[in-house]
Amino acid sequence: MQALDELIERVEAAIAAVGDERDLEQVRVTYFGKKGEVTALLKGLGQLPGDERRAAGQAINQARDRLQTQLEARRLALSAAQLDSRIAAETIDVTLPGRRSGQGGLHPHTQTMQRIETIFRNAGYGVATGPEVETEYYNFEALNIPAHHPARAMHDTFYLEGGERLLRTHTSPVQARVMEKSEPPIRIICPGKVYRVDSDMTHTPMFHQVEGLVVDRDISFADLKGTVIDFLRVYFEADLAVRFRPSYFPFTEPSAEVDVECVHCRGEGCRVCSQSGWLEVMGCGMVHPRVLEMSGIDSETFTGFAFGFGVDRLSMLYYSVDDLRLFYENDLRFLAQFR
Amino acid sequence: MKISERWLREWVNPPVTATELVAQLSMAGLEVDSAEPAAPAFTGVVVGAVVAVEPHPDADKLRVCQVDDGAGVHTVVCGAPNVAVGMLVPYARPGAVLPDGTRIGQAKLRGVASAGMLCGADELGLDTVRDGLMALPAGLTPGVDLRDALELDDTLIEIDLTPNRGDCLGLRGLAREVGVLNDCAVAEPGIEPVPARIEASFPVKISHPEGCPRYLGRVIRGVDVTRPTPTWMTERLRRCGLRPIDPVVDVTNYVLLELGQPMHAFDLERLTGGIDVRLAHPGEKLTLLDGSELTLREDTLLITDAEGPVAMAGIMGGEHSGITVDPAAPTRDIFLECAFFSPLAISGRARSYGLHTDASHRYERGVDFELQHMAMERATALLLEIVGGEPGPVTEAADKAALPVRAGVTLREARLAQLLGMRIPTATVETMLERLGLPPVSTQNTDAGRVWQVQAPSWRFDIEREADLIEEVARIYGYDNVEVTLPVSRMRLEPTLARQTDADLFRAQLAAAGQQEILSYSFVEPRLNDLFEPDAQAAVLANPISADLAAMRTSLWPGLVKTWISNRNRQQQRARLFEIGRTFALAADGAVTERAWVGGLLAGSREPESWNQPAVEVDFYDARGVVESLLALTRDPDGWQFRAEAHPGLHPGQSAAVYRLDREGGGEVLAGWVGRVHPEVQAELDLPRPVYLFALALDVLKTREIPVHRGFSRFPSMRRDIAIELDASVPGAAVLDCARSAAGEHLVDLCLFDVYAGEKLGPDRRSLALGVILQHPDRTLEDGEVTARIDAIVAALESQLGAVRR
Repeated sequence: MQALDELIERVEAAIAAVGDERDLEQVRVTYFGKKGEVTALLKGLGQLPGDERRAAGQAINQARDRLQTQLEARRLALSAAQLDSRIAAETIDVTLPGRRSGQGGLHPHTQTMQRIETIFRNAGYGVATGPEVETEYYNFEALNIPAHHPARAMHDTFYLEGGERLLRTHTSPVQARVMEKSEPPIRIICPGKVYRVDSDMTHTPMFHQVEGLVVDRDISFADLKGTVIDFLRVYFEADLAVRFRPSYFPFTEPSAEVDVECVHCRGEGCRVCSQSGWLEVMGCGMVHPRVLEMSGIDSETFTGFAFGFGVDRLSMLYYSVDDLRLFYENDLRFLAQFR
Repeated sequence: MKISERWLREWVNPPVTATELVAQLSMAGLEVDSAEPAAPAFTGVVVGAVVAVEPHPDADKLRVCQVDDGAGVHTVVCGAPNVAVGMLVPYARPGAVLPDGTRIGQAKLRGVASAGMLCGADELGLDTVRDGLMALPAGLTPGVDLRDALELDDTLIEIDLTPNRGDCLGLRGLAREVGVLNDCAVAEPGIEPVPARIEASFPVKISHPEGCPRYLGRVIRGVDVTRPTPTWMTERLRRCGLRPIDPVVDVTNYVLLELGQPMHAFDLERLTGGIDVRLAHPGEKLTLLDGSELTLREDTLLITDAEGPVAMAGIMGGEHSGITVDPAAPTRDIFLECAFFSPLAISGRARSYGLHTDASHRYERGVDFELQHMAMERATALLLEIVGGEPGPVTEAADKAALPVRAGVTLREARLAQLLGMRIPTATVETMLERLGLPPVSTQNTDAGRVWQVQAPSWRFDIEREADLIEEVARIYGYDNVEVTLPVSRMRLEPTLARQTDADLFRAQLAAAGQQEILSYSFVEPRLNDLFEPDAQAAVLANPISADLAAMRTSLWPGLVKTWISNRNRQQQRARLFEIGRTFALAADGAVTERAWVGGLLAGSREPESWNQPAVEVDFYDARGVVESLLALTRDPDGWQFRAEAHPGLHPGQSAAVYRLDREGGGEVLAGWVGRVHPEVQAELDLPRPVYLFALALDVLKTREIPVHRGFSRFPSMRRDIAIELDASVPGAAVLDCARSAAGEHLVDLCLFDVYAGEKLGPDRRSLALGVILQHPDRTLEDGEVTARIDAIVAALESQLGAVRR
């Protein structure tokens, strides 16, 4: 069986010598295929005498099985090596930045207004809007601020040339417009731009307000307090102290100004609250019966409360912005911080 | 209103500290703006009398003074030029500590020992300017601590009064309020009538009683107005924020602060005939005390004499008839005015002339109409004390019928409880009304509780109806003591707006598309309006903040472009911006139409600089892509059309108008624009590179389709590509429309995947490559069918648009 031994040696050498699966397949065909040498040996067994044939057959089969096992092992090894080298070739630097478009974003005031709207919508309030160019009637008279009322001097109104029209100084005219058109129960907020002739460190000639109005049977000052306190705590996400100070607005009575515990120092006194521990954040009150009457609502049957606050102030406090004017300079280095 | 705590405590002295008092006032609606000490802290400074002054042996500018401090005479070296024998000065004894922390000791100045130091007002923090030694008023006793001698331990309280509380614009009113809050007595200083010593009077007539229901006059002859106002008075004025002027004005100002009653003094010799209180005649002129000459309007109430206007009633006196302290010809006889002018006759007038005075501030808000006699007597007594003179009788002209009427106001206990949301005990309410000077004139018991009738006192102009009384009760009871509840409501479900877009939908889309939202002012420089919307009529502000914020914007583009320019100036290389806001158009009839828009700007590179993307500058199609992404939110893909049209602000070759088609009505509405900024506008704005702009009117984008599922085919689709060549002037949209209509019912998608123009084709030609995807709902399309469709498309393109298949 010298031929067999020699063949085994050659096959083993061939298996060891191949570099890839394709060459290995060639080896398989060469030796184990239909016309392969190992196959030929098996075929040649028939020419051997009976007793030799048996022993030779056994030897050849054993050799064939062993060689095929070797071949399969070699195939697996080659396959693994090939995958490894492919992976190595396809490896990239995953620490480089990804491919993306430039990021856009919303103005911080928009985000503040959206939060405020969500808070009130969740409680069943609607959202109403009105014109920014208003008449004297809606901006003042319908709110119980007749001509020459001293409160008008406090409003620093922008007037349009050659007419009675003005830029609304507050969002309260929307109150009057809504009350004229609808029947109680009324539950709305009115967000929007307002304007006053004022421009310095702490004032911009345009700013944003949100007005709230609830008119129904048996609406009380206690309800107003509860609503305002809830809103401030939900907005600032903290259980802050809130106090109500008597004040004066011609369109509400009783009227109050609302102070909230300073969100920065928690009432200890700091630069933000001018050491007082309190931040003045809104005005509110029970809708003046004359305002209800002027809008066609029976002030005996219905009562209501209204509140109004500056979005700019709430934005400043929420986002720790220390200069009001930044909101309208639209510096991308500022705006990008709110994305 | 600024007041001195010490002065207030002479009227009412509740057992509370200054801090507590301040908190009390604020929580009662009299908001305290500031509370500051009248003088900074210092110790060891006493009144010293200068008994001798000699030159310093070794220094020209120093003097060696002998100072008596009650305990003895001390040698003090002093450098102030005004030091003189007989002067009373602040003397800082050795051991004294000045406001700046300096500790005064024994010192040698050029060889002379000095026991302490004589002080200037600035060194004690009582003045900001250095003006030699502080001369103390005569009559002080040497050795008395200066803080006691000048009553420096005082708090200056500045109160920001709301317009309804004119009654608190005087110490008397504030004292009353503090008395109510603390339930303690108010001690008014004794004000006795000053009997006339002469007969002299000056006639007064009221021609406009609605404006001036009451006018008191009094002549005082033989005054010496060159005498100084006593320090106690000037110091009180100073602490309340008023500068001393002359003794007569100081007295009227003092009464104004004390009682809240404005007064005016005329030089009697400069008045002729008699006083007539009347409205101005057209074109009448008056020169005021401040020197301004005004042409008066007919709604202005005047004090006049036989020769014309001498004062603007309740606002300011005239220059000609005023008191003169000029030593050459000082005023000798005065005519004092103390009147009640109706708030409606004064309010708004001062402001309409650009004036605001302490008098107008009070009259506008309402002065106690029963106060005039008391104020007149008070002023007379003070004047006699300071400038001497012989008073005549008080003359009064009045029309009682024109005085304010204090009608009864009803307060229902049940309404009070309902409005506050809680019940305050009946007795508590009644006590509070009493304290407020609103004692019920009648009380009625009903099933729903008591009903009180009250009458407002003459000093309250803000108690007209029940709500006013409810506010007073709530205020005194304390807002913080009112309960806290929440409104109870019927939980009605509201319709949603599924068929509408809203601004937040566009905002979210734009932010996701890389656009940053800005908020710019609604008023812009008129020039920018004209650059972008030269044909629009802008509404112009009558009183703008500045010339570059003078016109209401007619377009969002000025704000966007200015934002880009300012950011470019701060080294930004690119920007993609948007704003949602209103524009304002002025119609011929003066009406202003507001319209909400979404506008945007693209400038610089398409994407932020990155290693893996080419640095390409944005172009028209980037802007149009953003617009398309917004239009897509309406879910109406066939409802929009872009057409090449010119806009004055945009490049004529790179601008498109966006139309919304109304397929049922057959009409169309202009929705907005997209394009590159016009080269001339770009040059005008000094922009080195083009910017791209878009704007869409939100009202045109308002409706939104609700998706309706139409099913889709489960059979394979077939794609064929067609390349055609045609005249470059044929719009791409026409090619797509033509192909689409020729493609038949089985077209599921049509894409334009290549546009080529180049030398090979010639200058006016271009080639387009279309991908046509066909699919049958119920079966696989056969090859022949597809080929036939493609041939039909090509045929249509050839015959209708002159295309050639490549």
